[in-house]
Amino acid sequence: MSGQTAEKLAYMANQIARNMVHDEAPVASVADHIVAFWTPRMIDQLLADGVTALEPVAAEAMARIAAGRIPPPQTRATDPAVHGSDAG
Amino acid sequence: MGYERQADFGTPEVRSDTQVTCSIDGREVTVPAGTTVMRAAALTGGSIPKLCATDNLKQFGSCRLCLVEIDGMRGTPASCTTPVAEGMQVHTQTPKLQKLRKGVMELYISDHPLDCLTCSANNDCELQDQAAAVGLRDVRYGYEGENHLGEMPDISNPYFDFDPSKCIVCSRCVRACDEVQGTLALTIDGRGFDSKVSAGLTPDSFLSSECVSCGACVQACPTATLQEKAVKEIGKPERAVITTCAYCGVGCTFRAEMRGEQVVRMVPWKDGKANRGHSCVKGRFAWGYAQHQERVLSPMIRESIDQPWREVSWEEALSYTAREINRIRDKYGRNALGGIVSSRCTNEEGFLVQKLIRAGFGTNNVDTCARVCHSPTGYGLKTTFGTSAGTQDFDSVEDSDVMLVIGANPTDGHPVFASRMKRRLRKGAKLIVIDPRRTDLVRSPHIEADFHLPLRPGTNVAILTALAHVIVTEGLADEAFIRERCDWDEYQHWAEFVSAERNSPEFLSPVIGVDAEAICGAARLFATGGNGAIYYGLGVTEHSQGSSTVMAIANLAMVTGNIGRRGVGVNPLRGQNNVQGACDMGSFPHELSGYRHVSDAATRALFEAEWGVPIDPEPGLRIPNMLDAATDGEFKAIYIQGEDILQSDPDTKHVMAGLAAMECVIVHDLFLNETANYAHVFLPGSTFLEKNGTFTNAERRIQPVRKVMEPLNGYEDWEVTQELARAVGLDWNYTHPSEIMDEIARLTPTFAGVNYKRLDAEGSLQWPVTDAAPDGSPIMHIDGFVRGKGKFVVTDYVPTDERTGPRFPLLLTTGRILSQYNVGAQTRRTANVIWHEEDLLEIHPTDAENRGLKSGDWVKLASRSGETTLRATVTDRVAPGVVYTTFHHPATQANVVTTDYSDWATNCPEYKVTAVQITPSNGPTEWQEDYEAQATRSRRIAGTAMEPAE
Ligand code: SF4
Ligand code: SF4
Ligand code: SF4
Ligand code: FES
Repeated sequence: MSGQTAEKLAYMANQIARNMVHDEAPVASVADHIVAFWTPRMIDQLLADGVTALEPVAAEAMARIAAGRIPPPQTRATDPAVHGSDAG
Repeated sequence: MGYERQADFGTPEVRSDTQVTCSIDGREVTVPAGTTVMRAAALTGGSIPKLCATDNLKQFGSCRLCLVEIDGMRGTPASCTTPVAEGMQVHTQTPKLQKLRKGVMELYISDHPLDCLTCSANNDCELQDQAAAVGLRDVRYGYEGENHLGEMPDISNPYFDFDPSKCIVCSRCVRACDEVQGTLALTIDGRGFDSKVSAGLTPDSFLSSECVSCGACVQACPTATLQEKAVKEIGKPERAVITTCAYCGVGCTFRAEMRGEQVVRMVPWKDGKANRGHSCVKGRFAWGYAQHQERVLSPMIRESIDQPWREVSWEEALSYTAREINRIRDKYGRNALGGIVSSRCTNEEGFLVQKLIRAGFGTNNVDTCARVCHSPTGYGLKTTFGTSAGTQDFDSVEDSDVMLVIGANPTDGHPVFASRMKRRLRKGAKLIVIDPRRTDLVRSPHIEADFHLPLRPGTNVAILTALAHVIVTEGLADEAFIRERCDWDEYQHWAEFVSAERNSPEFLSPVIGVDAEAICGAARLFATGGNGAIYYGLGVTEHSQGSSTVMAIANLAMVTGNIGRRGVGVNPLRGQNNVQGACDMGSFPHELSGYRHVSDAATRALFEAEWGVPIDPEPGLRIPNMLDAATDGEFKAIYIQGEDILQSDPDTKHVMAGLAAMECVIVHDLFLNETANYAHVFLPGSTFLEKNGTFTNAERRIQPVRKVMEPLNGYEDWEVTQELARAVGLDWNYTHPSEIMDEIARLTPTFAGVNYKRLDAEGSLQWPVTDAAPDGSPIMHIDGFVRGKGKFVVTDYVPTDERTGPRFPLLLTTGRILSQYNVGAQTRRTANVIWHEEDLLEIHPTDAENRGLKSGDWVKLASRSGETTLRATVTDRVAPGVVYTTFHHPATQANVVTTDYSDWATNCPEYKVTAVQITPSNGPTEWQEDYEAQATRSRRIAGTAMEPAE
């Protein structure tokens, strides 16, 4: 039974992008949508393992998200002091 | 409140701008023109004897008991059919009238059994009351003549009996069925002395007739002819409490009529603004589950799901749970925890669950079952209009000229509102139905849809865009409205898109499977037919383009100027009683109450100050992502209040795997539901009859839920959540749900003016209740959209990836039926099973013939996700290529076959489209048998009969 695979996340990102291609600024819309609704961990996972499966608009949106973020934690952040950096 | 019958003013309220003053027995009264003398008299506090009149039915004038004398008028007119006139002088009690009325009454009584003392309606019978009112003591004709006293009762309906020997042929039942319910199941057969009430054609009984068991006739009957069985069994009620139905999003309010701690009957409350005195079979009759023997009343725990349950004290259950939560948080981090808020529970309970998860567990991993039904409504309407809610109240339908119903089957899903729609349709409003199935609304007595567009499942966006194409290209857009109310540039961008040839009905017709001419006709009717109102349900949202469809609906309303007044609007018909409320209460992982994103620092600061803890600024996991994360070993514990995700969520095997991978599943519910098969902690829940709180219906109407009996499990659900919060270290001290509502109001601008005092005084309030709208907001976006300018969003049709092919050539779509409710946990535990013992697969005759199937045969229903078996029913209600079933019974597990495809914006599952194959079968699949065996094992309770001897 598949879990939260990067493949599944890429599918989701592509699906979002396909539905937003007619927006005024599709890349920004897709990036905003993903940041608004996904946990940081889902974003990290897609950035780490799934970008090759992305279609152009989704790929650009993910690149934009990556450029604007602090680097993801290297280990799973289990420290509650690192407030809000992980939603795994 | 003691027991008193609801006041009956005899004839319905009349709306008029002109007022008329008259005098009744010397008392002056001013009423709207058109009001009857009978109603005016009742408004002065007087009462005129009556039998055939009641104030939720049109006046009929048959019994002649309500005669009055009017100065300057000849004879003795019937007060129920005579409208008041300016300066009229009415006399209701004169010797002449008394004599006449006594004579009339005598005739009725001479053909009525005189067993009042032993009759179950004794002291609660209008005939008895009226006989007393007219002073009848004796009957001159004797009782020996021809009468109806020997006729046999019809006891076929599980909830009420029909005893014709007591019938006075007042026609109230027949009129209630016609006017209030709109089913037209009853007739008066014969004439004169031979006339009698009958359900359908002889030898039909109530059960075999068209009757849908709404109970309107029972409520209307002035005698014990039609009476609830429960009154006979339990006795006359002693007190009544107003409360709100816990089934669907219509939100009918009821008088729970009680005797001691027992419900005798639920009678729709005439002052209820959502239902106006009507109800369906579920709310009125299907409450027996509250006392069902399978209710679990003691908390239970177990270390692993292969062990039997162990009954423990509340303290032990709560401390065990708290220890588990702390252990898991220490080991895996706070984001390994999460919870689910139920749309069945109250606003206050939902608010507390999300508060516990955010403030106590320290994570935003909280979601609600609205995820799987109306999350696209939230997203779509927020994007286009600025508010995640419908725009109208139900009363608005009275001013609609054209109704467009898409992906909704209101006669089954929202029956009381359907009755109101039908009333308006019978008065001439036009109807467009967009649905793969021929739902009852398409053709019912005196109603025929002007257009039924039976589209292929999954093509909603295509058809809505095609409708918009016709409206824009034929110059039918309401440009004045758009220029004033919407963003003009966005409109032009959208108009250009929909006008493209590839969005024309002709081009899209082969995809949609509907004739282009019909699409054009429907578009023209909607754009030019007057006030146009759109009603939709889960057939819109539960698709891979659910959110796009909601936005396409919003576009259609805006382009035709159908927003911001009565009779128009975008109306999501909410599935569950408190879907709207659960969403309002901040149950989604990305937002706090009032739809404010967790990333907004100012909103967070408000909550942090009130709760004294930091709130995570990042969104948490949605239900499907929680299950994914669980299979990955990263999500370990979940608190599920009042939801059976194993049965209700798609792709059952995936849900099972997710639950099985968790270390602590806490189920807080009434019954050992399917999800509980994978649970480690079971906390007994309370029913809506046992708690105080509020529900918010599809009209944004906040209505009180009142405790009519003590919780059998000992605690209301909010108290259980509070105890759990205390066990994990939170200092909560609510003593009543009103204090929770006060906190909600402090933290949520749209609820600012809501409190229990006002709800008690006014019965209900429709949010937003703010300084600008202190009495609430029945209609939204009147002068402008909440977001400022209405936003047209281009909704391009993107076909679902779930496609038919040689292996799976048919499309399955799912729905529900009137007598059952969702996973059936409640309704299956009532006599409603008589109408729906099992889920059936509807299949078109051609598809059935190709497979050698006939009605009643077992069939295997298979998709790429899984397979199950059920019985077929062959019907042309569904189009060729489409099959349909319900999901009320765990034995069928229809969700074994649904897939993990979901809405692009909200991940609302695509329940409505699954590619399947149907083949003949001999009975349950191996999977179903294994499932049943696992469920039986898992439900064992140590030391009770539920643990089979090994
Ligand atoms: S119960 Fe409802 S549907 Fe049935 S006969 Fe009475 S009014 Fe009609
Ligand atoms: S069954 Fe009741 S309501 Fe119907 S005609 Fe007889 S007395 Fe009137
Ligand atoms: S229509 Fe809905 S709210 Fe009303 S009684 Fe039926 S189930 Fe309850
Ligand atoms: S109540 Fe007026 S005629 Fe029956």
